[in-house]
Amino acid sequence: MADMKMLEPTDRGLSAGYMMWYRFSRNPAAVIGSLILLSVLVLAIFAPWLTPYPKHTGAVVDFRARHMPPDLEHWFGTDKAGRDIFSRTVFGLRVSLLLVIGVLGISVPVGTVLGLVAGYFGGWTEKIISGLTNVMLAMPPLVMALAVSNLLEPTLMNAMIAITLLWWTWHARLIYSVSKSIASEDYIEAARLAGAGPLHILFREILPNCVSVISVKTTLDAAFVILFGATLSFLGFGVKPPTPDLGSMVADGRQFMPDFWWEVLCPGAAVLYVTLGFNLLGDGLRDMFDVES
Amino acid sequence: MQQHPLVAILNRLGAFVLVMIALSIMIFVLARVVPGDPARMALGPAATQEQVDALRGEMGLDKPLAVQYLDYIGNALHGDLGFSLVSQRPVTTDLAQTVPATVELVLVSVIFMFAVAIPLGVITAHYRDRPLDHIGRILSLTGVTIPSFLFAITLQLLAARFLSGWPIIGRLDHSLGWQGGPTGFILIDGTLAGRFDVVLDALKHLALPAFALSMAGIGQITRITRSSMIENQRKDHVLTLQSFGVPERVIIFRYLLKLSSIAPLTIMGLEFASLIGNAFVIEMVFAWGGFASYGLNAILQKDLNAVTAVVLVAGLFFIVANLIVDVLISIIDPRLRRKEAR
Repeated sequence: MADMKMLEPTDRGLSAGYMMWYRFSRNPAAVIGSLILLSVLVLAIFAPWLTPYPKHTGAVVDFRARHMPPDLEHWFGTDKAGRDIFSRTVFGLRVSLLLVIGVLGISVPVGTVLGLVAGYFGGWTEKIISGLTNVMLAMPPLVMALAVSNLLEPTLMNAMIAITLLWWTWHARLIYSVSKSIASEDYIEAARLAGAGPLHILFREILPNCVSVISVKTTLDAAFVILFGATLSFLGFGVKPPTPDLGSMVADGRQFMPDFWWEVLCPGAAVLYVTLGFNLLGDGLRDMFDVES
Repeated sequence: MQQHPLVAILNRLGAFVLVMIALSIMIFVLARVVPGDPARMALGPAATQEQVDALRGEMGLDKPLAVQYLDYIGNALHGDLGFSLVSQRPVTTDLAQTVPATVELVLVSVIFMFAVAIPLGVITAHYRDRPLDHIGRILSLTGVTIPSFLFAITLQLLAARFLSGWPIIGRLDHSLGWQGGPTGFILIDGTLAGRFDVVLDALKHLALPAFALSMAGIGQITRITRSSMIENQRKDHVLTLQSFGVPERVIIFRYLLKLSSIAPLTIMGLEFASLIGNAFVIEMVFAWGGFASYGLNAILQKDLNAVTAVVLVAGLFFIVANLIVDVLISIIDPRLRRKEAR
């Protein structure tokens, strides 16, 4: 145990936290990405206080103010019912973030556990789990999500279920390959000889080695989930109106396209802003942890 | 033990057949357990219970699920995918009309994708960490992050403003009086018929949707090509070539590029599923009227036979694309052909 301690950064006068902070601050992509995400998070959480027209997320109609171009009062202009697009966009961020939390909150743990199990135990469990992921990969995720959410009922909740049903496979596949390569390491064998049970080995020996891979993948996935959710609602499978939702706002604005371009571009740019944040942070984390793509 | 390339490909084919069977079971069960009676939906609320029961019998809905599935597969292998409740025609007829439009769009986008992304990847790798590299990386980041619908609509807006007269929806100008040809691919049929005005117009219509559809792939393939080129530059045989004084240009284009095109091809195969998914959005924005538009409509209308067929065909696209990728890679990389049987 004494030997192990020498490797800890604390003994070199630097805490592990400081080391992480140093690498993070030296990585422009990660810094910019997390600043973007921080701003998104603040906007989404404090939306009712930060937006000029929080009431416009409901069924408000003000025909005198419809289709107003962006100006100082309405930063993103107004839509067909005269509602402030900036306020609606900020509230739309909430829906996107909820989708990310819902989908990744379920599919990441499920995919991780199944991947760990398949990689460590091998045999039949491996065959079944990798066979299942192979089938899921052949399925166009969007087609599948559309089919599932519509066969049930086209709501955000069902879209979320549909996305979750598909998403865990990507994580399972990734963690499976990492866990399989770790399972043959000597220290796993040593732990087994020392009498460690499978649960201890899976979660205390293998899982800590997957943390960097999982965090990079989860961050990049968050961007994909947001794109995916926005696409679903753009196609008409999102939250019910009048609740603001970025994808369906773009779809609404598309009817008035060349003339009232802000109704499409502003909510669309908001999606781009969030996905950019997650992608930059993900790329930055990948460099920091030195994880292969 | 050397494995014959044919055996390797047959092995892959076998795996793909298994995937296809699993996919068909999944979508079939999914389409049958939905709440609501398909026969009732087909006839509408005005129909009597007797009529509904009669249609149920006709559609085979009263048989056990396993029997229904085997019947469906048996018919599917004979080219019968059932009847579409919405179009009131056999699903195969609908597919024959819509699939070529989508395949044409997807093929043109994939060609465009590689034509842009591979050179971009080579350039950014060559000028690593210099301004050109940063521009290329920003471009590929944009490709990965921008929602496909936003990009497609932006293209339309720009074309409407700056390229007046440039077509922004549809596949072809109706005033050309083109009646369609034997293959359904306007580019091929038009060339065969010698109607180059049609081909030119079709290409103009293809430009924007194909660009929009390829954007996400351009981002990913540029990234992968760049990192693959940089990684392979350190390989021993490349160093040997350099020390022999082989010109940089020859090394890059004859040796490095070949080696570095394996990773992008593999990614292309895996990403094909999401490409098909994006085609749904692109076809909607550009009113393309292909297989994806048909699929979207089928899903919205809960047209079960059509939905099942759409998912199966989409899966088939994915599998065919991956088979092509496998064959291409085994041509490029002779090591794979000589690999020991696993």
